Amino acid sequence: MIEFQDLRKAFDGRPVLDGFTLRVQDGETTVIIGYSGTGKSVALKHVVGLLQPDAGDVIVDGRAVSTLDRAALTALRREIGFVFQFAALFDSMSVFDNVALGLRRRDLSDDEIAARVQEALALVDLTGAEERLPAELSGGMRKRVGIARAIALRPRYILYDEPTTGLDPVTSAVIDQLMVRTREHLRVTGIVVTHDMRSAYTVGDRIAMLYEGKIRQVGTVAQIQETEDPVVRQFIEGRPT
Amino acid sequence: MIERLGRKTVDAIKAVGGFGHFVGDLARAVPDVAVWGRLTLVQMRRVGVDSLPVALFIAAFTGVVLALQASYTFTGTVPLYFVGTLVGKTMMLELGPVLAGLALAGRVGASMAAELGTMKVTEQVDALETLAYDPQSFLVLPRVLAGTTMFPVIVALAILTGIVTGWIASLVLLDLSTQEFLKGLKLFYRFKDTWFGLFKSATFGCTITLVGCVVGLSTRGGAEGVGRSTTRAVVYSAVLLLVLDAFWALVLLR
Ligand SMILES: Nc1ncnc2c1ncn2[C@@H]1O[C@H](COP(=O)(O)OP(=O)(O)O)[C@@H](O)[C@H]1O
Ligand SMILES: [Mg+2]
Repeated sequence: MIEFQDLRKAFDGRPVLDGFTLRVQDGETTVIIGYSGTGKSVALKHVVGLLQPDAGDVIVDGRAVSTLDRAALTALRREIGFVFQFAALFDSMSVFDNVALGLRRRDLSDDEIAARVQEALALVDLTGAEERLPAELSGGMRKRVGIARAIALRPRYILYDEPTTGLDPVTSAVIDQLMVRTREHLRVTGIVVTHDMRSAYTVGDRIAMLYEGKIRQVGTVAQIQETEDPVVRQFIEGRPT
Repeated sequence: MIERLGRKTVDAIKAVGGFGHFVGDLARAVPDVAVWGRLTLVQMRRVGVDSLPVALFIAAFTGVVLALQASYTFTGTVPLYFVGTLVGKTMMLELGPVLAGLALAGRVGASMAAELGTMKVTEQVDALETLAYDPQSFLVLPRVLAGTTMFPVIVALAILTGIVTGWIASLVLLDLSTQEFLKGLKLFYRFKDTWFGLFKSATFGCTITLVGCVVGLSTRGGAEGVGRSTTRAVVYSAVLLLVLDAFWALVLLR
């Protein structure tokens, strides 16, 4: 279970997260929605210790992330796959090496690594793209490689940062399907950050809205769709003020 | 005014503290040989390929100019074979390391800052960390080691090139014989001339690559930020290089 406990983080004196509290149940996919620049990515980065909180913490299976030493943090990161917004593929490496990189840190033989890479690429429908370079791929393919890189490690948790932003509707639907498939196949617990409501409804078990540094409302998809909170309503309906 | 000065001081102290932290992290990455070993070889080739042509080009012209300037300065009062002394000493002690160093700052330091800056703003550095790699051992250590070890080699070749072109210029343009040139070259030669220049070069190579990495990894703000980091890396490392040059002269040549 991942729990954000009263997380606070400011940059240059400007608070971004200001008492962010949220519980992500095992086996579920929790979607965090919210306007651009409200701190959704900042919240995700605290889960894997890429950022240090000013106060509060993220608790992953009982471990307070900000208190972990290097070895414990590395152990924690092995359980968490992170899919970055623009995929963050390593430009100088082939698709194969991108996916294999994390596996090379494990005690696996070259054959096992190759098998795991093939398996992950098959799951994202990219079999045959092993030798291509990130620069030769479309945005949707890059995202899929990013997902393959995360699932190749067989994590217990996957964090997706805006997986469908910037993609056309069909490609977005493919990515949505992929996230659902990943959850079913690998039984991973997921956090998906997005402002794409169609995607949120497709992949989410629960939806939480981040607003002004706090969770404004959290509920099942049905609860959110029927919300009476004007802020949440406005966001999910995409109405200008 | 005082407030601004105070803030500047605090910023400077923070920067030094941050740098100390960075070097500490770097030291911690050293045992991770499996990660940085192979990558260091890749970077060594890159440092060599990127800076050797420029360094040799500059050294070749410097050698010629030094020979001509020496004969111009001596105006017949000083024996002409001192041209060899001046070319050799100047190339070995100062111009070889410093000119090649400035070229390296412009080529290698800038490209490392741009590369790591791009990786930073596109979250590739974060991605490395989530894949359980330490950016210090994966990105920084190979580059700094490559700079520190390759740069003396590049400078040695540059010095050699400068002396050879100085010698050719003496033969062709100054009517100096090879014997006389060599006589001048050997006259005040001490072994220290060689190791001083090369040791200094190693510290330059270390500084330039370290600055490139530190500046690159602290990049913020997209493509514009990468551009800023690139110029910043060149300016910082050039300034540091000149300061370091003066420092070594003070410490080792007195
Ligand atoms: N490392 C950082 N340093 C300074 N400011 C940051 C940093 N990371 C994020 N921010 C700021 O925090 C705010 C929230 O960013 P982010 O989490 O990326 O928003 P989003 O909800 O769109 O993902 C933005 O204003 C951003 O500029
Ligand atoms: Mg974001």
